[in-house]
Amino acid sequence: MFLYRAAPTLSPVEYMVRSHRLRWPELLPWLAILAAFFAFPSYLALGAQVMIMVLFALSLDLVLGYAGIVTLGHSAFFGVGAYTAGILAAHGWGEPISGLVVGGAVAGAVGLVTGLIILRTRGLTLLMLTLAVVSMLGEAANKAGWLTGGADGLQGITLDPLLGLFHFDLFGRTAYVYCALVLLAGWMFVRRLVHAPFGRSLTGMRENTARMHAIGAPVRQRLVTVYAIAAALAGVAGALQAQTTQFVGLNVLSFELSGAVLIMLIFGGVGRLYGAFVGAPIYMVAQDALSRLDPEYWFFWVGLLLVVTVMFARGGILGVVDQIRRKVMR
Amino acid sequence: MTSALETRGLRKSFGAMVVTSGVDFRLAPGARHALIGPNGAGKTTFINLITGRLTPSAGSIHLAGEDVTALPQSARVKRGLGRTFQINTLFSNLTVLENVTMAVSERLGRGGDKFRFAGSRRDIVEEAYELLIRLRLAEDALRPVREIAYGRQRLVEMAIALGLKPRVLLLDEPAAGVPSAETAVILEVMEALPADMAVLIIEHDMDLVLRFAKTITVLVRGAVLTEGAPAEILADPRVREIYLGEGHHG
Ligand SMILES: Nc1ncnc2c1ncn2[C@@H]1O[C@H](COP(=O)(O)OP(=O)(O)OP(=O)(O)O)[C@@H](O)[C@H]1O
Ligand SMILES: [Mg+2]
Repeated sequence: MFLYRAAPTLSPVEYMVRSHRLRWPELLPWLAILAAFFAFPSYLALGAQVMIMVLFALSLDLVLGYAGIVTLGHSAFFGVGAYTAGILAAHGWGEPISGLVVGGAVAGAVGLVTGLIILRTRGLTLLMLTLAVVSMLGEAANKAGWLTGGADGLQGITLDPLLGLFHFDLFGRTAYVYCALVLLAGWMFVRRLVHAPFGRSLTGMRENTARMHAIGAPVRQRLVTVYAIAAALAGVAGALQAQTTQFVGLNVLSFELSGAVLIMLIFGGVGRLYGAFVGAPIYMVAQDALSRLDPEYWFFWVGLLLVVTVMFARGGILGVVDQIRRKVMR
Repeated sequence: MTSALETRGLRKSFGAMVVTSGVDFRLAPGARHALIGPNGAGKTTFINLITGRLTPSAGSIHLAGEDVTALPQSARVKRGLGRTFQINTLFSNLTVLENVTMAVSERLGRGGDKFRFAGSRRDIVEEAYELLIRLRLAEDALRPVREIAYGRQRLVEMAIALGLKPRVLLLDEPAAGVPSAETAVILEVMEALPADMAVLIIEHDMDLVLRFAKTITVLVRGAVLTEGAPAEILADPRVREIYLGEGHHG
């Protein structure tokens, strides 16, 4: 990547020792989130949804972009988190932060258990198994209507004020700030993880599993670990959605949602940490605009955009930015 | 004295094809041992069985006296088994320095650390960089592996294996596809390996074998044909006929 050639004056050791230091472009998403709060006061609800999807896509990046596990079942964890937090809040446990933690924990546990089973396989088999997990959970949520509301969706979610102080207001200000802070925490966590030896070893497994085995890394254990961590994060995103929209529908456990988050990540750029921050907003805003222009066929345009990305910009939008920077720096 | 590495009745078949047939093999501590044999003799398969990349159909593998047949690859590496691959098996999009750092970090049991930055262990990066200096790779330290020449990638293979500080080192044709300039580096590095490290090298280049090995095992069609000192092997008419006669390539 272009970064490696950016500092020719440093010794290689020095260069690598500093490779995790924060660079100014990494602050851009946060400036944008802050600016949007003041610039678009009437779109705060959409903004909160976008941030939730960023967090969700970020969790997928860990699994897909770093560890190289191709999955179409990531919504399983989003859905489990959403239902957990939603059911808690609908039954009188309206404290948001603990709801978030429990939602993440339950999703993480589901990730751990399913990961232990399905990560024995690879390739197409694994892809099918990830799909099977989300289908089964979706069907279970449908059947357990007494608990989940079934096809009508889970209703009656009421939240206590955040930290006992901030009510979730009609304009979505509290929700926006809440989502922003959770996303900030999630980003700090994931950033630390991918720059830690554990994260580097995920890249190693994606690049060359045989070599990773040969240097003594417990490959499967690491895969299961990252799968569970990403599941927990996705669960937090789902819980956030349940809390901020006060509704959970069966679509959170759908294959379509897995596909959508995958598309978001591919738009932005896979395995780059910031692909989620670019892809999710573009997808959500495009969805918003396109579905108004062409309510019936908007997904066709998303598909077209996807084809263009995959064919002409393999690294997504950030990949294109990278290439341009590289050209300029030569 | 217990062998550094031993196989007993080791057997591997792919379907009906027997690729390793009852190999009894011992690698003494500090050995400089070569495994030779024609193409397709099963040399690489033998190494893959030892490291656990393949599961044997029968027989057992022992490291320093301990039966490791049922252990996964990572557990064998932890017990001091290191290898290089005949065909470069590297992290091609990572830098040369990162490739070696990854190995050092795993050896020190730090590969699974989640909450400290990889760069915070300067000692690990420095150790990896010193290996690069030894292998004349320092100038390529920050280049992605895919960008450097194949011959130099072979040196990265070697550096990664050395980063594990193995007690038993298995080298699968380390000089295959390497221009002569780098062959000299490889030989130099091999000659400087610690005396207590047991080394098994698979190599078709007989000059390299003769300069390095004190013992040679000849493998033909999955079975050990003979084993002995280089002079004995060279004088053996069966070896001359079967191996040097037909399959020799450089
Ligand atoms: N996974 C596999 N499935 C089926 N056959 C295999 C497999 N791996 C190796 N073989 C076969 O086993 C035989 C031995 O292969 P191996 O790679 O061990 O030979 P080698 O002695 O290392 O040869 P070379 O000198 O060419 O590297 C070959 O006939 C090969 O085709
Ligand atoms: Mg071979």
